[in-house]
Amino acid sequence: MLQIQNISKDMGEFFLDSVSLDISKGEYMVIIGPTGAGKTILLETVAGIYEPDGGSIHLDGNDITRAPPKERNITMVYQDYMLFPHLTVEENIGFGLKSKKVPSDEIHEAVQRYAEMLHIAHLLHRYPDTLSGGEQQRAAIARAMVMNPWALLLDEPLSALDSKTRENLRKELKDIHEITKTTIIHITHNFEEVFDLADRVAIMNEGKIVQVGAPDEIFRRPKNHFVAEFVGATNVFKGISTSENGIASIKIGDIIIRAHSEIEGDAYISVRPEEILISTAPLASPIRNAFPGKISDIRHCGAMIRLNIDIGVTFVVALTRQGFEEAELGIGDCVYIAFKATSVHLFPGKSTTE
Amino acid sequence: MAQIPVLRDRCLISFSLLGGLILALTVLALMNMTVRELSDIPHLLRVAADSKVIDSIILTMAAGANAIVILMILGIPLAYVLARTDFRGKRIVETIVDIPLMLPHTVAGILVYILFMKRGLIGGPLYDIGFSFEDAYPGIVVAMLFVSSPYFINSAREGFEKVPVHLENVARTLGASRFSAFLHVVLPLSARYIYNGAIFSWGRAIGEFAAIIMIAYYPMVISTLLYYRFTTGGLKESSTIAFIMIIACFSVFLVLRYLSHFIGRHDDRV
Repeated sequence: MLQIQNISKDMGEFFLDSVSLDISKGEYMVIIGPTGAGKTILLETVAGIYEPDGGSIHLDGNDITRAPPKERNITMVYQDYMLFPHLTVEENIGFGLKSKKVPSDEIHEAVQRYAEMLHIAHLLHRYPDTLSGGEQQRAAIARAMVMNPWALLLDEPLSALDSKTRENLRKELKDIHEITKTTIIHITHNFEEVFDLADRVAIMNEGKIVQVGAPDEIFRRPKNHFVAEFVGATNVFKGISTSENGIASIKIGDIIIRAHSEIEGDAYISVRPEEILISTAPLASPIRNAFPGKISDIRHCGAMIRLNIDIGVTFVVALTRQGFEEAELGIGDCVYIAFKATSVHLFPGKSTTE
Repeated sequence: MAQIPVLRDRCLISFSLLGGLILALTVLALMNMTVRELSDIPHLLRVAADSKVIDSIILTMAAGANAIVILMILGIPLAYVLARTDFRGKRIVETIVDIPLMLPHTVAGILVYILFMKRGLIGGPLYDIGFSFEDAYPGIVVAMLFVSSPYFINSAREGFEKVPVHLENVARTLGASRFSAFLHVVLPLSARYIYNGAIFSWGRAIGEFAAIIMIAYYPMVISTLLYYRFTTGGLKESSTIAFIMIIACFSVFLVLRYLSHFIGRHDDRV
């Protein structure tokens, strides 16, 4: 268990303000937050690059707050790869083991194993500047993983890559996590990475952790206005998808929602509250997703009214103040909601079979 | 780098012409001297074979190299600290580093002399245990060290700053101590800056005159010998020594410049 307790660090432009976070062994923790939230400093403080001004970090019960990075067994991968340009890929991956004075035949063997895992075994003799971005990031991940770290810290590891490469590497990160069971702390701006990879997600803003929880929980029950604004989509549900001819049916509890997608298996859907129609009578339209429900809550948010509609799961629907007043709705009223299959965003989700 | 056809670009033509003027001045001065010196080959050979001249050139270059070695040992750590840390009073430290650049050389000479003379703050105690700077080789080295230090420190610092700090961070999470990360990552990636800094400051050290004669008129470095012969033997004698020094410097620096392409080959990858 990695226990971060009340860590503070002031670096001027970036700072941490009493951050606490517990991460279990083998967990995949994703941290999201706007630029300048302090995400990178948090990782660098955990790695030991900076000593915190206050607070403590414990790893499996040992206080590592002031331990130098080399004694922590926590490795790090940056967005811009940071391969050592004067060393070959093989020397890069073997750098850490060489620092630890591991015999060279063991280094060679370990480098080979991780290079194969990341599909870069054919590039070992090359220098980093001759590699594509995706290849460089694979080498950087191999270099960090070869140390068999207690935790792997990833600072926006996929952000600099093109979308195809990003998707491939995301899948491989998932595989690596499943195979090695390494604890991973991953910073990103990308919600797909959150849904696909995270066991839990932490949201940071202004040097603080604002909310921690399972991805669907964060999206469905944002703790405050900032989280709701930042995550954007509030109707997020977890379900199981089956797809046929490009139409996916996602079973969420007792209801089935349709979407245009070929994603199958564990998945998350999200629907923007503004894209949901609400009426007091059944809608006579060919809209695929139409459900009867009950109003369970009404909240006033500036010019908009947000209604919670319980249809088996609770959807949030947004109405303008004028539309709300004309419809004369109240808590407990029976209503119908409907949204197009194209309004449903489907993300591959992380299996929770364990 | 793509070659630009100079002849079709007016801006480049005018720049080349203006730039040519400054080159022409140097070339003209060199040619003028070369023609003069080559008109009396026996005299040239006689001066070139003069053991005093040869010894002095060797002394100057060796003392310069000696100063640079000390400068590297002390200056590299300082340059690294300046490149990697931010602290209160950093501007003051930077200004102190640059002071020898701004001072007239005679002023630098006085500063060095007062500190290292037989009754000086550092020179005194060392003189008592039999180590003299006045009119001695260590005096030359210390004067050279003082005047050439900013060139080296600033160049090394620039090289260190160019190495992303994240590269060092990664090395440190991979089992390297800060020193080991410096040695295996930062230093190889700033080798050219350190090398060029060393060449520049060596050149500066070799060229020093005023600061050196204040503390060590003897043994005569080449500038001192040249000035002495100029005042006693006249122009013919001294200009030949100057010519020989030019040939020596030109050859040495040409070789060093050429080598720099091999030494810093990793710098470009950062």
